[in-house]
Amino acid sequence: MSTMHSLILRTAGNFLLPLLLLFSIFLLLRGHDEPGGGFIGGLVAASAIVLNLFAMEIKSAKAVLWVDPRHVLGIGMTLAIVSAIPGAFFGQPFFTAQWFTFDVPALGELKVGTVLMFDIGVYLVVIGAVLTIMLSLAEAED
Amino acid sequence: MTTVVALPVIVPLLAGAVSLALWQSRMAQRVIGVIGTLALMWVSVDLLLATWREGILVMHMGGWQAPFGIVLVSDMLGAIMVVLTAIIGLPVAIYSLSGVSARHEHFGYYPLMHLLLAGVNGAFLTGDIFNLYVWFEVMLVASFALLILGGERAQMEGAIKYVTLNLLSSVLLLSGIGLLYGLTGTLNMADLAVKLRDVEDPGIITVIAMLFMVSFGIKAAAFPFFFWLPASYHTPLVAVSALFAGLLTKVGVYALFRAFSLIFDQDVGYTHTLLLWMAGLTMLTGVLGAAAQFEMRRILSFHIISQIGYMILGLALFTPLAIVGGVFYIMHHIIVKANLFLVSGVVHRLKGTHELKQLGGLYRTHPWLGVLFMVPALSLAGMPPLSGFFAKFILIRAGVEVQSWWIVGVALLVGLLTLYSMIKIWAEVFWKAQPENTDVKAVAAPVQGGGLWLMVVPIAGLALLTLFIGLYGQPIYLLAERAAMEMLDPSLYIEAVLGGQGS
Repeated sequence: MSTMHSLILRTAGNFLLPLLLLFSIFLLLRGHDEPGGGFIGGLVAASAIVLNLFAMEIKSAKAVLWVDPRHVLGIGMTLAIVSAIPGAFFGQPFFTAQWFTFDVPALGELKVGTVLMFDIGVYLVVIGAVLTIMLSLAEAED
Repeated sequence: MTTVVALPVIVPLLAGAVSLALWQSRMAQRVIGVIGTLALMWVSVDLLLATWREGILVMHMGGWQAPFGIVLVSDMLGAIMVVLTAIIGLPVAIYSLSGVSARHEHFGYYPLMHLLLAGVNGAFLTGDIFNLYVWFEVMLVASFALLILGGERAQMEGAIKYVTLNLLSSVLLLSGIGLLYGLTGTLNMADLAVKLRDVEDPGIITVIAMLFMVSFGIKAAAFPFFFWLPASYHTPLVAVSALFAGLLTKVGVYALFRAFSLIFDQDVGYTHTLLLWMAGLTMLTGVLGAAAQFEMRRILSFHIISQIGYMILGLALFTPLAIVGGVFYIMHHIIVKANLFLVSGVVHRLKGTHELKQLGGLYRTHPWLGVLFMVPALSLAGMPPLSGFFAKFILIRAGVEVQSWWIVGVALLVGLLTLYSMIKIWAEVFWKAQPENTDVKAVAAPVQGGGLWLMVVPIAGLALLTLFIGLYGQPIYLLAERAAMEMLDPSLYIEAVLGGQGS
């Protein structure tokens, strides 16, 4: 890993990271009706972070990540599973999508559902899993 | 309300996710380990009672009706298996408090344990054949990780065989599912059972049935696909061994029971005769393999195989009594086998080895452990009044009724040889004097005291359960009888799933 001190990669990484993260969130949100979704969004976000990790050493990379990827994995999984439960309170089977509509003053109607929560859970699980794997591999190499 | 059907899957999944989110805190993981399995026990028993009261329960996931959506179905067989999962999960979780080291906990033992339980329960409850495959994979992924937890050389060697064979089995299963889908255009098991009746060429169904038989046979460790099991089961942590021994192969057996009573009952004369041979040879090879071993966990591993034979025997004879016997046998076996592995863990804790040659004299120092070993050991061999006696008795009676004398002979002989193996362990580990010049210390320093009771309480609990089934088996028999009745009349299952009792 330590041999990859490429200035170009580091500079480009700094620019790309916010763009890719934004793109991943875009994918996550549009995924309900169009191509995209939690899995793909998570992969894009994870690859953005991994790109930056490549540009750094493993120690500084770990310092940049302010949460342990395993936490992200666990929290994502909890979110995804909890999203299955609300249906049961309304006398419907698990995983039945629940939709709540809010009126946001300037934007109009906003629909938020348990489906989104599930997708966010998947998004976090993918990020957590990919980063856990990459970090373990990088550590094993050092 | 049918919510109860999904809870045995949701609860361990949630427990696993939460304990993964809290992976830094050892204490939190241990607490969730016990609370999660306790909650699992609660919802499982609840499910069994509900199924007993109201008949087959069906839940259409996400509100999508069968045969298009995925259904979770709890019939008597599924509900019994779910309760058994909980009966193993809780003692293993308690045992792990003392039997799993901090290092292993740090590698994620508890989240994996919950995930394994969720996968097993999912496989027991799903009514969709592709979903069954998915749950198999969930279970396998968790078991792969548990198997190599700690990363010792022997574990890797065992794991490679385990992973290879199980992946092969998954590929066969997937091909079988693909062919079935191509033939009928459905994945719902109840719908499959209906549509397969109208298929013009019954030969192709038998071919697909063979694919399923081989695939589930590998998972169940039946003859001739068993060799991954003795190669791997003695390598992981004892708690993991017990979990595997109790549950994993039985998922394969369950899948055989389900597939060959509900879906593939067109050509019983052919498929079930094959199963009968499989059962007989599985019993024999398992018990003979055990006779050649001199390591406690290896002996027990081989006995899993021979016991699998008895369960398949119940399915193969395919009479009401035989299936009652098969289900009864599964119930008895899961409890007893997990318990024997837990005992072997205590022996290892006290003496630092599993080798029979280096063990001895435990009865002098720990007589209570000898008693706790004898209960499941004699039950395994089928001595009255323990649970194994009735399980074997029902099966042999069923064999006599259809006058299948050779299989009755094999079953009786294997029972005797099982007794021989158990007595061998008893004599070597507990009865003979501690050998003088052993290098036990070199193997591993034996650990004394410190939380030993946490390992003994679950063993005693399971032993009491064995005794209870033996002395008061009537309710268990009734459960098995109901399960057999539902299995022999697939129309009940089909009607429950497709009958449009939308939930």
